[in-house]
Amino acid sequence: MATVRRETRIRRSADDVWALAGDPARLHEWFPGMVASSVDGPVRTVTTATGIEMPEEILTIDPILRRFRYRITSGLVRQHLGVIDVFDLGDDSSLVSYSTDAEPDAMALIIGGATGAALAELRRQLEDEAPPRPAGVSPVEHSGSAV
Amino acid sequence: MGRKILFVTTDQQRYDTLGCNGGTLARTPVVDALAAQGVRYERAVPQSVVCMPSRSTMLTGQHPATHGVWMNGVPLPVDAPSVAAELQRAGYRTALIGKAHFEPYLDPFGRFTENMLAIEGVETTDQPWFDGTIGPHRGFEHLEFATHGAAGQHHYARWLREHHPEAVGMYYATLDRSANVNAAGGGDTDAPQAHHNQIERGWYHTDWVADRTITWLDALDAGDDWFAWMSFPDPHHPWDPPASEMARIDWRDVPLPAGYPVDRVERERNLDDKPRHWRLWYDGELVSNYEAPRDWVPATLTDDQVREVNARNAVECELIDEALGRVLAAIDRRGWTDDVDVIFTTDHGELQGDHGLLFKGPYHVDALMRLPLVWRPAPSAAVAPAVVQRPVGLVDLAPTFCAIAGLGAADWMQGAALPVDDADADARGFERVLTQWDSELFGVAVHVRTITRDGWVCTAYGPGAVHDGTEGELYDLADDPLQQHNRWDDPAAASMRADLLADLWDHQPVARSPKLELEAPV
Repeated sequence: MATVRRETRIRRSADDVWALAGDPARLHEWFPGMVASSVDGPVRTVTTATGIEMPEEILTIDPILRRFRYRITSGLVRQHLGVIDVFDLGDDSSLVSYSTDAEPDAMALIIGGATGAALAELRRQLEDEAPPRPAGVSPVEHSGSAV
Repeated sequence: MGRKILFVTTDQQRYDTLGCNGGTLARTPVVDALAAQGVRYERAVPQSVVCMPSRSTMLTGQHPATHGVWMNGVPLPVDAPSVAAELQRAGYRTALIGKAHFEPYLDPFGRFTENMLAIEGVETTDQPWFDGTIGPHRGFEHLEFATHGAAGQHHYARWLREHHPEAVGMYYATLDRSANVNAAGGGDTDAPQAHHNQIERGWYHTDWVADRTITWLDALDAGDDWFAWMSFPDPHHPWDPPASEMARIDWRDVPLPAGYPVDRVERERNLDDKPRHWRLWYDGELVSNYEAPRDWVPATLTDDQVREVNARNAVECELIDEALGRVLAAIDRRGWTDDVDVIFTTDHGELQGDHGLLFKGPYHVDALMRLPLVWRPAPSAAVAPAVVQRPVGLVDLAPTFCAIAGLGAADWMQGAALPVDDADADARGFERVLTQWDSELFGVAVHVRTITRDGWVCTAYGPGAVHDGTEGELYDLADDPLQQHNRWDDPAAASMRADLLADLWDHQPVARSPKLELEAPV
């Protein structure tokens, strides 16, 4: 089992960050490559931009610790644990940690790499108050024709 | 109307696989003819010996430290400098057909543009360029991707699934069920990544890349200037060329390569003479990089496996040569030949039995570092045929494309237009080439810096998982062309070592800051 951890500091209060990062139904708003996420009891189902539907089991939503834990239950991984922690840094800013333990090891890198981009987008949205970026190949319109 | 550019790259091809470079296994008459008409480089060196950093160097004209793609799995930012953008801005029609690999392949989230272009079936998309201009992705108005087989979402895989679905499963599975590089053996000798592929030759990715290049060229206007990067995924493993072509070379007749010490005692003594990670990998105790199969132990390599791998590789090189011949014929039919520059090279080499090893990793020796490079200038330019002995780098390609197009090198490019002969090289200061390796994978870090100069190769290791920062390698390429005897600690070479190290550290390229993140294994 391999482990990958990404973290970022966000100039917003821990409560503000948790309001978005701790809401499992809003993952697709800040995780690049996720186009949908829905929650049904302890099960979250996310859909990636490549069309993969991934069921996940929600393990922990703790608004006091500001900790969210989940595991991917699809065949993409044999084992997985994802943990998001939001820490109050006391100066109206927060440290957000997103860790990924996974087997096969390669999947930890793939998922962990994506979590790094997700944290960057989370910071961008919260610091810029910008609307979420649409999914697709580009932030700019396509100009190409079909191949 | 100016000169047009056909930039032909292969993947993981050794210097000695071409007839013009003395190779005797593969027949490569097309590239050999280009070499005879143009300039052949005897010491072309990559700035990285893995795909993504090296290909990013070709595109940006920058060293890996500067463009920031420090290992496979680190994506080149979409707004990185691009020579294709420079050419497109100057009016060139631009295409990249085949293997790009500026962004990771393993991408279930669809985060990377090049994967999504294939999924969405569009030939490019507008993106911000280095200078804020909005233009086609990395300057290419047409992109069609292929890689080593039929897995994944790239254009070739989708084409094969649509038109010849029965052939999809004929390829070797490059990754195993753990998404690691597959160690499974096959072929006749159970060599790793060898495989009998029953695919029809015309459906194989080499011919597909040539076919799509011809289609794109045929759609251009006669008066267009164009830059076509035709990028073959072969002869990179898996070694699974169409079985119908394997009769060309019987592996049983293949001589063992000079770089493969047949005697195990000699082989292991040579490895023990090098920094520790060489022998640790050979014994299966440390796989420091993703590109080598995690479950394969090099010490198990047999003579027959080396023969079969070399035979299969040679067949793949022949298919590339023939495919290139078809593209050149198509160019000729358009009446363009006189104004077309052809540059043929690869991103890095391959350990094809050298030192008892296969594949690649942090091993800066000729198997991985001495590249085929041939430039056939447009006949209209009247450049005299030549062989260049001075060291040149892939970092010099982007300025060369600019020079061909009549443009000055962009100020962000770190190389210089390739010399047309040694006198030109001397006049313009082609003295040294730098290569780097950095990897940090699951807690294992390897950091390597190398200089090639004055007929020597000197490699220094930084602190890492198995190095304390004092290790190194030093080879005299004239006396030890196979780099089997490490002279790092040889007192007789101490002054040369000191001189080369000083030069190495004096010329380190500026490093991108902040460091880009590793986002996938490859």
